Amino acid sequence: MRQRSLVILTSILTTGALTLTACGSRDDSGDGGGDSGDTTLTIGVDAPLSGENSTTGLGIQYGVQIAVDDANKNNLVPGVKFKVKALDDKAQPATGQSNATALVGDKNVVGVVGPLNSGVAQTMQQVFESANMVEISPSNTNPTLTLGKDWQTNKQRPYKTYFRTATTDELQGTFAAEYAYNDLKKKKAFVVDDKQTYGAGLASIFNEQFKGLGGAIAGTDHVNTGDKDFASLVTKIKTSGADLLYYGGQYDESALITKQLKDAGVKIPLFGGDGMYATTYIETAGAAAEGDLVTSVGVPVDTLAGAKAFVAEYKAKGYKGDYGAYGGYSYDAATAIIKAVGAVKAANDDKLPDTNDLRAKVVDAVQKSDFEGITGKVSFDEYGDTGNKQLTVYQVVKGAWKSVHTGTAGS
Amino acid sequence: MNTLPQQLANGLLLGSMYGLIAIGYTMVYGIVQLINFAHGEIFMTGAFGALTVYFYVLPDNTAMIVAVPLMLIGGALVAILIAVGAERFAYRPLRGAPRLAPLITAIGLSLALQEVVRNFYPDADRARAFPGLDATHDIGSVTIKDADIFLVVAAIVCMSGLALFVRRSRTGRAMQATAQDPDTAQLMGIDTNRIIVIAFAIGGFFAAVAAVAYGLKYGNVDYRMGFLMGLKAFTAAVLGGIGNIYGAMLGGIVLGVAETLASAYIDGIPGMQQLGGQGWANVWAFCLLIIVLLVRPQGLLGERVADRA
Repeated sequence: MRQRSLVILTSILTTGALTLTACGSRDDSGDGGGDSGDTTLTIGVDAPLSGENSTTGLGIQYGVQIAVDDANKNNLVPGVKFKVKALDDKAQPATGQSNATALVGDKNVVGVVGPLNSGVAQTMQQVFESANMVEISPSNTNPTLTLGKDWQTNKQRPYKTYFRTATTDELQGTFAAEYAYNDLKKKKAFVVDDKQTYGAGLASIFNEQFKGLGGAIAGTDHVNTGDKDFASLVTKIKTSGADLLYYGGQYDESALITKQLKDAGVKIPLFGGDGMYATTYIETAGAAAEGDLVTSVGVPVDTLAGAKAFVAEYKAKGYKGDYGAYGGYSYDAATAIIKAVGAVKAANDDKLPDTNDLRAKVVDAVQKSDFEGITGKVSFDEYGDTGNKQLTVYQVVKGAWKSVHTGTAGS
Repeated sequence: MNTLPQQLANGLLLGSMYGLIAIGYTMVYGIVQLINFAHGEIFMTGAFGALTVYFYVLPDNTAMIVAVPLMLIGGALVAILIAVGAERFAYRPLRGAPRLAPLITAIGLSLALQEVVRNFYPDADRARAFPGLDATHDIGSVTIKDADIFLVVAAIVCMSGLALFVRRSRTGRAMQATAQDPDTAQLMGIDTNRIIVIAFAIGGFFAAVAAVAYGLKYGNVDYRMGFLMGLKAFTAAVLGGIGNIYGAMLGGIVLGVAETLASAYIDGIPGMQQLGGQGWANVWAFCLLIIVLLVRPQGLLGERVADRA
């Protein structure tokens, strides 16, 4: 009897320990401002910097870092220097929320770039709204973040402090379905997602659009993030007769799925969203990744003239992570905040207002953003969505992502 | 095409891996009544030990037939060293302390090991590629990989070896005696400290075998891999009857097969579509655990005191 109760007690303790580890620590470094003639303001970054998704998360952090370095070097806002404060959300919504609180609590922070994951963004939006602080995500693609819960019927912006430089899954899922059906000539897709805000949303949009175009859905399934063994799923896909596997989620799971799928002799391509667009996907899946596809936001970063300097600098500084998917968008997001600070300062007799006033005015100034960024024109519509609606399909060719098609959804 | 044989094979393979790890939980519990929650991380360090041998010790492009045994040795060395070290420095000072103290130490040790690997092993903050054994064979309607064959053979050899060791050898009998009653065993001249160290070492060795099989099968390892596998293996040990080595293996296989079949077939049952698929596999596995524990609180094979080692 004693031993059985020990087992029960142990289980309870483990659950408790898990919950505890999910909570991040708070960082309350309030000051850190410049003591010279220049004021120093901080651009916050929230992204997964370790563990799952950290390759793309680090790309966001260093994308912002380069934007801030460039702004300081070019004296973009005279009399104001910027620095970066990056917090790790480990791709966990609860951690993201506590990071948001920490960033709001730091008086030097004027705005935040991030997070990477749509599910994390949901917990952060309210915190920033209450503090009237601008948040620009370079990568969130879930439609509800800017268009509200009933976005399919009644678009309504839930938070006026939230913006993004990425296009939504509504466009991305449609774009993927069109490419799969019209260009790849795939007629029977198996659709899998990871049950997260981003993955499930994208997969269901693809599912509907693919059916709408005349394609058949061979089956659907859901996986858990952190799963490693997909043998059962692979067997199901094998017998379903699908000629394409569409996956809504991140590279951590999809790289394993594509490897196990192809090891089992199912030679159909895996097609995913921008969450999979990272070199880690190819490194982990190896040869199995060959021929797999993703859609990602914007036009390929290295084809843009403005982005070439960015890519060169990223490589020259030897930063970790991957700039490919969102580095350029992070750069533009940070620049939008910096330019907004400049506009506020110029409109206020060349003086910076106090923290709360500054934050509120920066939100309005970001809304009015209109400049040529390194990824194209940076502007926001009435919902906070980017004006740049370009999307690109990339495919793994000889062990590297290669752009195969650029356009807009519905064209 | 009938998918049942393939799905059963999938489940059996996953279950064998759970079983190998579960041995470590059950051996230690049988002898010192401690649930070593750091065991999942011992499994993880075993994988990194094997990875180190492959990438940093052996010359590039070593043939896998040569590399795999050496990786096993490397992984086993690391896992045994950490398991025995944990016993010596974390658990032994707490022997005789209230049971909560070693339990909490185990959880702390588990987090510490994860963070050490993440921070100090090169590029361990994300998944590291592990050499795979990917050649496939078709046996009837079942497709299996070389890595799967390695896993099954390793599980059978290790289990038979352990059974023989516990039953026949002098040390094995001493283990049974210690499990039965440590104080009396000590009075009879058994060095119980040595027996406990051996139990931890055997657990570490089995974890390392499972870790190499894991790497060969899935093609990558990361610092968090021990957490979920450890939790599942612990579940398997409880399911089979914690303290019983045959129970651990049986529990692992039952759990693996149940998970696989649940994710394969439950969504095909009319009206159950929402509750099926891979996303619900864990839910069904734990439902099974609850049902088994309600009907047989001592687990499938009970806790036969006589061979509780």
